[in-house]
Amino acid sequence: MRLSSSKRIRRRGIGGDQILKGLVATAAILIVVLLVALAVELISGASLSLTTFGLPFLYSTTWDPYHDVFGALPFIYGTLVTSALALLIGLPVSLGVAIFLSEKAKGYRLAGYVLGTLVELLAAVPSVIFGLWGLFVLSPNLRTYVEAPLHKYLGFLPIFSANPIGLDYFIAGIILAIMIIPTVSAVSRDVLNAVPNSQREAMYSLGATQWEVIRKSVLPYARSGIFGATILGLGRAVGETMAVTFVIGNSTAISSSLFAQGYTLSALIVNQVGESTSPLNASAIVEIALILFGLALVINIFARLFVVRLTRGARFRA
Amino acid sequence: MEAPRYPGGQPKFETRGLKAGFGSTWVLKGIDLKIPPNKVTAVMGPSGCGKTTFVRCLNRLHELTPGAMVEGQALLDGEDIYDRNADPVAIRRRTGMVFQKPNPFPTMTIYQNVVAGLTLNGVRDRKVLDHAVEHSLRSAYLWDEVKDKLSDSGASLSGGQQQRLCIARAMAVEPEVLLMDEPCSALDPTATAKIEELVSELKKDYTIIIVTHNLQQASRVADYTAFFYLGKLVEFDETAPLFENPKEELTERYITGKFG
Amino acid sequence: MATSGLSGDRGRRRRAFNRLMNVLIYAALVAAIVPLVAIVGEVVVQGLPQINLGFLTGLPRPPTIPGGGIFNAIEGSAVMVGLAALIAVPLGVGAGIYFSEWPESRLSFISSFTNDVLAEFPTITLGIFVYLVVVLTTHTFSAIAGAIALSIVMIPIVARTTEESLKLVPHTLREASMALGVPRWKTVIRIVISTGKSGLATGILLSIARAAGETAPLVVTALWSVYPVTNLWGPAGSLPYLIFYYGLSPYQIWHGYAWGGAFLLVVFMLGLNLSVKLLIGRRFAGVRAET
Repeated sequence: MRLSSSKRIRRRGIGGDQILKGLVATAAILIVVLLVALAVELISGASLSLTTFGLPFLYSTTWDPYHDVFGALPFIYGTLVTSALALLIGLPVSLGVAIFLSEKAKGYRLAGYVLGTLVELLAAVPSVIFGLWGLFVLSPNLRTYVEAPLHKYLGFLPIFSANPIGLDYFIAGIILAIMIIPTVSAVSRDVLNAVPNSQREAMYSLGATQWEVIRKSVLPYARSGIFGATILGLGRAVGETMAVTFVIGNSTAISSSLFAQGYTLSALIVNQVGESTSPLNASAIVEIALILFGLALVINIFARLFVVRLTRGARFRA
Repeated sequence: MEAPRYPGGQPKFETRGLKAGFGSTWVLKGIDLKIPPNKVTAVMGPSGCGKTTFVRCLNRLHELTPGAMVEGQALLDGEDIYDRNADPVAIRRRTGMVFQKPNPFPTMTIYQNVVAGLTLNGVRDRKVLDHAVEHSLRSAYLWDEVKDKLSDSGASLSGGQQQRLCIARAMAVEPEVLLMDEPCSALDPTATAKIEELVSELKKDYTIIIVTHNLQQASRVADYTAFFYLGKLVEFDETAPLFENPKEELTERYITGKFG
Repeated sequence: MATSGLSGDRGRRRRAFNRLMNVLIYAALVAAIVPLVAIVGEVVVQGLPQINLGFLTGLPRPPTIPGGGIFNAIEGSAVMVGLAALIAVPLGVGAGIYFSEWPESRLSFISSFTNDVLAEFPTITLGIFVYLVVVLTTHTFSAIAGAIALSIVMIPIVARTTEESLKLVPHTLREASMALGVPRWKTVIRIVISTGKSGLATGILLSIARAAGETAPLVVTALWSVYPVTNLWGPAGSLPYLIFYYGLSPYQIWHGYAWGGAFLLVVFMLGLNLSVKLLIGRRFAGVRAET
């Protein structure tokens, strides 16, 4: 039995092909529209603040709802300080983990798999739970065993000068460091895995120790990929909201001490959105969100130049 | 080129100035060829000569690759399949294709694989499907080996069996032309022999075009042979005369193994 | 580099250095794993004792009255994540299909890139967006606004995993289907998606896990309610918000609620991530939690 009794080969109108393509292309367009709408809305919501304060908003340190004067510097500062701290501590640890999983665990596949899984699971812990733990467990312990001694003996240094109460830039930075480890180590590990074995073998055959091989041949080869991983980690740290809110102390003052209370862009938004006292206040908060948006956008796009995908099996342009 | 020797009458497929390529490169540079009906025509030539591209033009599969270009005409029973109003889907129902590497659908059973062309086009009648399964599998010389495990996964068969499954799948939609792109290149000699035997049987009901780089295979199964070189049709003739007495020097050099 | 061998003074130094680096690497490993153990441990120790039937079915009480439960938060999360999935899955899968089947188009490139950027975005900005567009115009915090915000978090994950799963389907299967005379759209839906469906399901599950853990967007869209959701246009409770609000409160009893909620959330998220990883393997595990 023939499927089509006629041998006709003429076309028959609009096909399902066009409909499917149209539908899914619409979904794709929507994603672009979403990002554009996001930018537009933020700019529009911040317009009052933008026109009132102009550029000085970025370097003004006053955040005073009562007098309707606002400036973003304390929060930009806080975001940068905590993120820098996060990278300072998180990057070496992430690299260490990545090196372990990629170079050393090759002989112990099960151990590597289990340990790798444990690190990945860290990424599955919600930020708010990091915050809860940070507040009730990490903060008191760090204050007693790290901050207090540092303040006592090295308090003459500006960064250790404030009296630590366990809610400050420092604790926030530590928490962020922990939170970026899964991201940075996962991407770094993939980058390291992508280094061809011939590189290593060449070094080994010259009589190098394992660490020398890593330092002189693997790491340089993977340099730009690891740089990209770092940028991604920075992006994560900058955007982190809930964990930071629990432990940063929520103070709008700037201080050079790591043990002082502070604020970040994201923490400010979360805490103050429901409490704006005037349209200008609300607009200023949206402008803070706009700054955060811009920062995250730049970091993300920059990271894309070095690492294409965060999911495993990524394609690299390293 | 002399007029080919075959019984008169309308060719099943006739290409006129068929050109095909990708991006800015033409792989096929103008092919004028008449494929006789109910015969096996082999398309041969060294790598890169365009034989696979040619065959993929006959069922309009070539154009699915991004950047693909096609020009010229290909007449199926006298109607140009590249006419502006032609429906590629309808054309593909009249041609069946078997690929280099067997590609049964992994999420389907053997049964489902065979009738995929029917079920995906809306045929639901169980009796019709059962009949098609048995008929196609018998024609593909596979029925006895799988009749008791029709609900096993298509991927559970050996390479040769998978390829015969793919042949059965292609036949179940009852095409008129069977396009085979080096169907035995991934198979061992025993499986290859089985398929060659099958091809000789099938030509009674189908026009078969088989791409092959294996000269012995062509001489075993093909009634006619077309020799391609660098995108052009060099020679076309009945197989035996072509092999024994090639008219073109290029053909002779290929057959005697001087290149390709 | 001079390779005078690993003997003698120089060799001793190099070996010692190698050993030192080994120690550091193991230290890094410990530093990475201890927090996970510590957090999960603390959550279990503090949260598990809170769990009983009353806790799971009751509603929150003022801090002076013992007992009570967090059913409103559990139910609110379920409702909003469910709604978000209803929005995000069709859009995300659709976009993923487009990226996979029509990768050569310029829209595909732009949208795919945008999608990746959106995936890493601070979710508080997504929340503010929904706040400006939905909450301000409807003059109310609402479960719907919360669901919309969560869906924006989910879409990029679903789109990305869909694209990757479908791209894994060998091209020859598409060709086999089309050669049979099956139109392209049917090929995509019946063959390609069917072959890649486990990857798709994984992506959807992971996006749900991610959305369930998000707090920041909900703070500015759904806010909080001590009652289960009766009106989608009214504020709604959620597990993450519960942890945030009650955890930061000055009341010991409410801290208990927070830990209990944290326990439920951690169990859900770790469980989901682990089972996905066991089922599918390395590829998609560890999709990270909220910002």
